[in-house]
Amino acid sequence: MSQNPNLSPLVANPYLPDIGTIIETIQETHNIMTFRVVLDNEERMRSFHYEPGQVGQLSIFGVGESTFVINSPPTRREYLQFSVMRAGEVTAKLHKLSTGDRIGVRAPLGNFFPYESMKGKDILFIGGGIGMAPLRTLLLFMLDNRGDYGKIRVLYGARSPQDMAFSYELPEWLERGDLETVLTIDREVEGWDHKVGLIPNVLLEMAPEADNGVAVTCGPPIMIKFTLQALKKLGFKDNQIVTTLEKRMKCGIGICGRCNIGTKYVCVDGPVFTYEELRQLPNEL
Amino acid sequence: MAEAKFISHDKLQSWLDELAATMQVLAPAGQGDAVVFVPYAAGQKVELRRQATVSPKSALFPASEDLLRYNYRKNPENLGQVNVELEPIIAAEPTLIFGARPCDARGFMVFDRVYDGRKYKDPYYLARRQATLLATIACLQAENACFCNSVGSAPGDATGSDLLLTPLADGLVIEAVSAGGEKLLDSPLLTGAGDKVEEAAGLRDQALREMAEPLNMTPAKEKLTQLFDDIDFWGQVSAKCISCGACTYLCPTCYCFNITDEGTGLSGRRVRSWDNCMSFQFTLEASGHNPRPTKAHRLKNRVGHKFSYFPALHQQLIACCGCGRCIKSCPVSVDIREIVSKAIACHPPAAEEAAK
Repeated sequence: MSQNPNLSPLVANPYLPDIGTIIETIQETHNIMTFRVVLDNEERMRSFHYEPGQVGQLSIFGVGESTFVINSPPTRREYLQFSVMRAGEVTAKLHKLSTGDRIGVRAPLGNFFPYESMKGKDILFIGGGIGMAPLRTLLLFMLDNRGDYGKIRVLYGARSPQDMAFSYELPEWLERGDLETVLTIDREVEGWDHKVGLIPNVLLEMAPEADNGVAVTCGPPIMIKFTLQALKKLGFKDNQIVTTLEKRMKCGIGICGRCNIGTKYVCVDGPVFTYEELRQLPNEL
Repeated sequence: MAEAKFISHDKLQSWLDELAATMQVLAPAGQGDAVVFVPYAAGQKVELRRQATVSPKSALFPASEDLLRYNYRKNPENLGQVNVELEPIIAAEPTLIFGARPCDARGFMVFDRVYDGRKYKDPYYLARRQATLLATIACLQAENACFCNSVGSAPGDATGSDLLLTPLADGLVIEAVSAGGEKLLDSPLLTGAGDKVEEAAGLRDQALREMAEPLNMTPAKEKLTQLFDDIDFWGQVSAKCISCGACTYLCPTCYCFNITDEGTGLSGRRVRSWDNCMSFQFTLEASGHNPRPTKAHRLKNRVGHKFSYFPALHQQLIACCGCGRCIKSCPVSVDIREIVSKAIACHPPAAEEAAK
C-alpha cells in the first residue's frame, strides 16, 4: 500500500554488517593494533570493491561500531587491514580480539583519495602517529602503480621509536630506490639514527618542491595545524594539500546527523578533503 | 481524485472502527494535559480540536527500534570457533495516521529527503513509510506558536498527505489527495460532500489569512553561514537553553539517531534510538575532542541545519515545519523564530565584509 510512488523500492540494508574473520593481528605499538580481516562470504570477499582512503565500520556485537580506514590497498586483495588505536570502548574491546575471532564489517564507506588527478605529480606523504594508517593505503597503492607517479616521499613521525606503527615495513620503505622515506621522533633516543624533531620542522628541513607536488597529510590536529603552516611556507597551495578527517560517526551513510561540518557529511562527502575544500567549510573541526 | 466526502461527527467513530478493522489506526487522544497519538481502539475518543503535544513521527521513526539481533554460537564442528549470526528486523504493518496536521505531513517530507536518499536508502524507514497513509486535518485556527506559513506551508496544506480533512460545525469534509487515500473513502458511512467542499476551502483560506504575518526565513540560509564564527551571537541566543533536548524529541523534522548495542552474554540486539544534538555527547570523540563543545555550538548546528544546510542540500526545503512544538514545550522559552529573525537582522562584521 504505497501512497507515494516516488519512494524507492526496498533495497539492501546498509546497516547490516558482513561477518569477517580476523586472520592475523599485529601489535604495532603499545596502543595500536592491526587486524587483517577476511569476509566469511567468499563471494562478497571476491567482489568487494573499494578505493584507497575509504573507510569501514568494525562491529563487536554487544559493544558497538567504530570507523577505521581500510589501510591495505585495493591492489592487495588477500585481506582487509585495519589499524586501530585504543581510545574508547569499541577500540578497547577490539584490542582483546585475536586470530579466528569474528567481527562485523560495514564497508566501504566514504570517498577516497583523488589518485587519478595525482598521476604524474610528485607525492609527499606526511603522517603523524596513527595518521600514517590512511596514508599507508595510498602509498602502497601508488607503489603498486609506481609508473603513474613522480617522486614519492614519506615523512613519518611518532613520539618515540616504540610509537611507530608498521615498523616491520619501514626498512623496505627506507631501502627502496623509488621512494624517499624520512622518519622522525620527538626526542632523542640512543640508537636512533633518523631525524629528531617535530614533523613541521623536519618538513621545512626536507624542503620539498611545491611545483607539481601534492602533499597528503594526516595526524593529530596540532600537528596538522603546524604542518599546514610549513607547507604554505614551502609554497604549497591549498588545492595541493589533501587530508583525511575523522569525526564521531554512527550510521556512516549520511543520515544520523553528527559528523557534518555545515553541509558536508564527513562519512559520505569525506573523509578525504583538500585543504581548499576545507577552507570553504565552516570552521568546525 | 474521487468526489469529496462528508462524515458527520456522530459517525466518525464508526468510520474509524471500520478502518481499524483493516489496518492499525493511530489517532490523537488526550492523556492528562497532553495529546498523543495512540493506536485507536473501538470506541476511543479522538481529540481533533488541538494540535497533538507530540508529533506522530514515531509512527515512521520509533523512539527506539531494533535494527538487528545478534547471536554468538559455537561451531559444533570446531568448539574453539565462535560464529555470529545476524538477523535484521524490518517490520511494518499497514497504518493510518489519522488526525495529523499539515505540519506533521511536512515533517515526513523532510525525512523522505534523507531516509530515501539518492545514495543510501533506509529500509526500516521505507518499509513503514510505504505501509503508512496520512489523513491530515486542516487547522482552522492557528495556535500562538504556529508559524507554518513562514516555512512555505499553510494550515490547510495537503502536500504529503493522502486525505485532507476539514472540520465543519457538523462533521468533516474528506478530500482524497492520493490514490492510497482514495481507497479509504469506500465506506457506506460517508456521503457526498456537495457544496460543503467550498465551505471547507473557504474556512482553510480564512485560517491562513488570520495567521500572523509570515516571517521571511529564506535569507537565513546565507545569514547563518555568515554568522558561523560569531560565537558571541550564539552565546547570547543559547544563554537560557538547558540542553534538555525536548525540542528535538518533539520536532517532526528532527531525524538524528544513535545506534547502540544491548545484550547479555552471547546474544542481544543493535538498537537505533532518537538522539539529541543538544547533548554534549552527541559529537564527543573517543579522544576527548568535541567539535561542538558548548551549547552555543550545538544550538548553532541545530538552527543552521534546519534553516541553512538542509535547504542548501535539498532544493531550498527548510527543515522546519513551523509546528511550534519546540516553542510551546521549551521549559525555558527558547523561541526558534526569534533566533532565526535575530540572525537575519544581525549585521556581523563577516556579513558586511561579504556584502562589500
